[in-house]
Amino acid sequence: MTDKQLDLLQGTLDMLILKAVSLGPLHGYGVLLRIQQISKDRLEIQQGSLYPALYRLEHQGWISSEWGESENKRKARFYRLTATGKRRLQTEAANWNRMSDVIAGILETTPEEV
Amino acid sequence: MKLWSEFRSWTRAMLGRSRMESDMDTELKFHIEAYAEDLIRKGVPRAQAVRRARVEFGGVERAKEECRDARGVSFFEALAQDLRYGVRMLRKSPGFTAIAVLTIALGIGATTAIFSIVDATLLHPLPYPHPEQLVNIEDDLPGVGAQDVGISVPEWQDMQRSGIFQNVSPLGGGSVNLTGSSRPARVFFAAVPPNYFALIGVKPQLGRLFNPDDHTPGFTLEGVISDGIWKSAFGGDPNILGRSVRLDNDLYQIIGVMPPGYHDPGRTPQDRNVEMWMATGFAGPPAPPPQRNSRILPNTIARIAPGLKLQAAQSRVDALVASLQKQYPVDYPAQAGWHVRLVPLQESVVGNVRQSLILLLGAVGLVLLIGCVNVANLLLARASARGREMAIRQAIGASRRRLMSQLLTEGLLLSLAGGVAGLAILYFTKGFLLRIVPDSLPRLNEVAINWSVLLFALGAILVAGVVFGLAPAWHVGRADLTHVLKQEGRGSTGSGEQARTRRILVVTEFALSLVLMIAAGLLLRSFWDLLNVRPGFNPENVMSVRTWLPVPNDPETDIYKTAAQEAPFIREVIRRSKTVPGVEEAAMGDLAALPLGHDQDDLNPYLMILEGHETESNLAPLVNISIVSPEYFHLIGMTLQRGRLFADLDNETAPAVAVINEAYARTYWPNGDALGKHLKLEDARGTRRDRPWTTVIGVIADARTESLAEVGVPQLYLSLYQKTSKDLAIFVRGRLDTAAIPVQLREQVQAVNPELPVFGAQTLSEVVSASLSERRFSMEIVGLFAMTALLLAGLGIYGVISYLVSERTHEIGIRLALGAQRQSIVRMVLRQGLRLAVVGAAVGLACALIVSYFMAGVLYGVRPADPLTFIGVAGLLICVALLACYIPARRALRVDPLTALRYE
Repeated sequence: MTDKQLDLLQGTLDMLILKAVSLGPLHGYGVLLRIQQISKDRLEIQQGSLYPALYRLEHQGWISSEWGESENKRKARFYRLTATGKRRLQTEAANWNRMSDVIAGILETTPEEV
Repeated sequence: MKLWSEFRSWTRAMLGRSRMESDMDTELKFHIEAYAEDLIRKGVPRAQAVRRARVEFGGVERAKEECRDARGVSFFEALAQDLRYGVRMLRKSPGFTAIAVLTIALGIGATTAIFSIVDATLLHPLPYPHPEQLVNIEDDLPGVGAQDVGISVPEWQDMQRSGIFQNVSPLGGGSVNLTGSSRPARVFFAAVPPNYFALIGVKPQLGRLFNPDDHTPGFTLEGVISDGIWKSAFGGDPNILGRSVRLDNDLYQIIGVMPPGYHDPGRTPQDRNVEMWMATGFAGPPAPPPQRNSRILPNTIARIAPGLKLQAAQSRVDALVASLQKQYPVDYPAQAGWHVRLVPLQESVVGNVRQSLILLLGAVGLVLLIGCVNVANLLLARASARGREMAIRQAIGASRRRLMSQLLTEGLLLSLAGGVAGLAILYFTKGFLLRIVPDSLPRLNEVAINWSVLLFALGAILVAGVVFGLAPAWHVGRADLTHVLKQEGRGSTGSGEQARTRRILVVTEFALSLVLMIAAGLLLRSFWDLLNVRPGFNPENVMSVRTWLPVPNDPETDIYKTAAQEAPFIREVIRRSKTVPGVEEAAMGDLAALPLGHDQDDLNPYLMILEGHETESNLAPLVNISIVSPEYFHLIGMTLQRGRLFADLDNETAPAVAVINEAYARTYWPNGDALGKHLKLEDARGTRRDRPWTTVIGVIADARTESLAEVGVPQLYLSLYQKTSKDLAIFVRGRLDTAAIPVQLREQVQAVNPELPVFGAQTLSEVVSASLSERRFSMEIVGLFAMTALLLAGLGIYGVISYLVSERTHEIGIRLALGAQRQSIVRMVLRQGLRLAVVGAAVGLACALIVSYFMAGVLYGVRPADPLTFIGVAGLLICVALLACYIPARRALRVDPLTALRYE
């Protein structure tokens, strides 16, 4: 925890979860670890808000779940990306990239360029 | 896909609520423990690790609650909430609710009622096992222009043996004198072959039915009786089996009783209400010896062999016909073009009412639609009043979908309440409603509120609810929040768009009502024209009663066998009838001579051979004859055009004579005078072949004796003193006491022969009126629907114009304050209403043109595009619209400029 952690932007948690499970089936706690790992611990994720998000994504059919066994031989629910979820992730990622380009473009604007 | 997964997670949530809860617990517990273990691995002491894991996770209960929400468990909670809220809203405005529920109740009730008739008659298979195998066999002779001429006994036997059918069964029938009970009674009977009940596939409730393998040529002297007559004439006697009854003087033994509710398939009420069945082979007395060309079997039904399709059966019958024609060239001359058609029995039973029923269903559907549009209009008006509520709810975070689903729920709730009320009304008035349906409607006894009818009602309720729930919901979905909230602040309600939708709804309502009213108008004009048609006879002050001379199976025991034997009876009955008080004239005739009072089955088809044009009898035209006493023409009011009428001297010893009508003369002697011409009549059902040459002695004016809608049906009359008839009617004219006449005439007939039944007393005016019963029924029903539609349309336009006026109150106030004439304000309001009515009428006229074109078949004497009806009805509709607008217009006048401006 070298840098100060960033708060998650509203609405991006879903996208991160989709991305996390797109790399392979994960249980809820695994999703948390995976996101922290990829972000190198720079994102602050409210653990309590993770599960409603997972349930919502499953409700929408973007991820599916089944019970399995965790690394330490305990019963855990594993989530995986569905086909529609994969498409969803692609559009969300594309939107995000467009948006961040635009914002970056704006923020980099210098007085000369106006 | 998404909906499916939502649905899956709801159902899983609903069905396994407890499992879901425990799963959720397990999952969250696993998370916290796994986290704690990780912390321990990093060196945190166990107790502290568990605590930290919990704290960092945050509120477990809150997370669970959010998970439940995410699952969509709340859908049903939301629905329950919507329902509760909907009920509260409906209860808050009882006036609105009552009007809406009543409108829907009428619409759904009426639609369901008509549908139950359509369901029973057109949609339900006949109530016999494997009804799809049942057909009616109809023989046509297109070469001589004859249809459904009946079949001969050898043809029947050929078909029975052909292997195309499991069973083929001709049906003879009529009425018969049942004696041996308290008083001679008339019962409808059917003469059927012994295989008849095997063909139909019914079992008796008592005793047995005929033995299908019985091949007796004549009557077996065994009878099966209906449940109805078993109870009425025999008091439900359980020892009825084996009892003997006398039918037309022949002794029959009762061997079985049919189950209650059993009806023969038939085209006429008489055929459907047979009370007694007798078995015969149609080949022994009283039937003539079987002959290939004597078509004595008027009705034949059959059951196609199992596995054989109708079309395959038809082509095999065609092949059979072709081979028979080759085998018997004399009996089947090629020019006659003998053809046998297999018609599904259901089609032949209900075919003639299909058009009327579909017309009624269409009309009632329009009424329901107009009712829905009206309720939609009311709901929209309310929605605009509730615009502020909706806008605020939206502003504080309710989703549009949520609000729309709430409005839809309210709509469905309304239509459900209305539908249930409608069904309840229908259920309690069922008996009354069935009584006003003419009993000529086939399968009336099968009409019931069954599952398919309920399913239909439910469908109608759902569609109606969505139709009028959608209108306000759609507007909530589109409303511009800031606009509404701003407008609200200024005291005005609703958006311009909403007003436009309401205007469109009113225009729709007007168009639909106009279509219905034009349909009703055309039917009314047809009916009126028929009522005022000059029938060519005078039904006023005439009564008829019927009697029937027995036809014993052995012709030798028939005491009325010849005209000479029957004549004394006829003369005596006429003489005695004249002595009855009030009677000025009396006459007799056969049933075919009862104008408008006979069925197709009561006619006597004869083959007519004209002198100088003798042809094979199979090519001769089929004509229907009536047999009457000489007094008949004067009594009934038919006028002689040329020649003379029958005289008493035209008896069996005198040369045979005939009176014809002008249509007959025109048809068969187009280029010359019919008077004095000779013709020969051969019974098409083949009992007698030796009729003498008959001379035409008189021509009478055409009369509409077959149907008021048909003029110029060729008619030929023979004298009752030259030709016998068993099915007799006694006609009397005078200042009659209609209550006493039937009893007095019975006394007179039974004074001549105490064994004879006297029945069917009716005035000729009643007969004429009854002949229009089906037309009257559809006219009255469609008329009633049209009146309802007009009322609804009037209410609809009233509502819209009132609303527009109330919306423009301040504008009107300003105008008045600036000195506008009151008249011009009224004109302005009326113009608005008029514009809607005219647009609606124009659209309606276009639709009505299409609809009336399809109605051509049920119209009489009026063109489908009758300008008088179209213009008159449109005018009436516009008048109603103006009247409905006048009330709000008057209200606009009472606007006080000061008050109106102060609100501004």
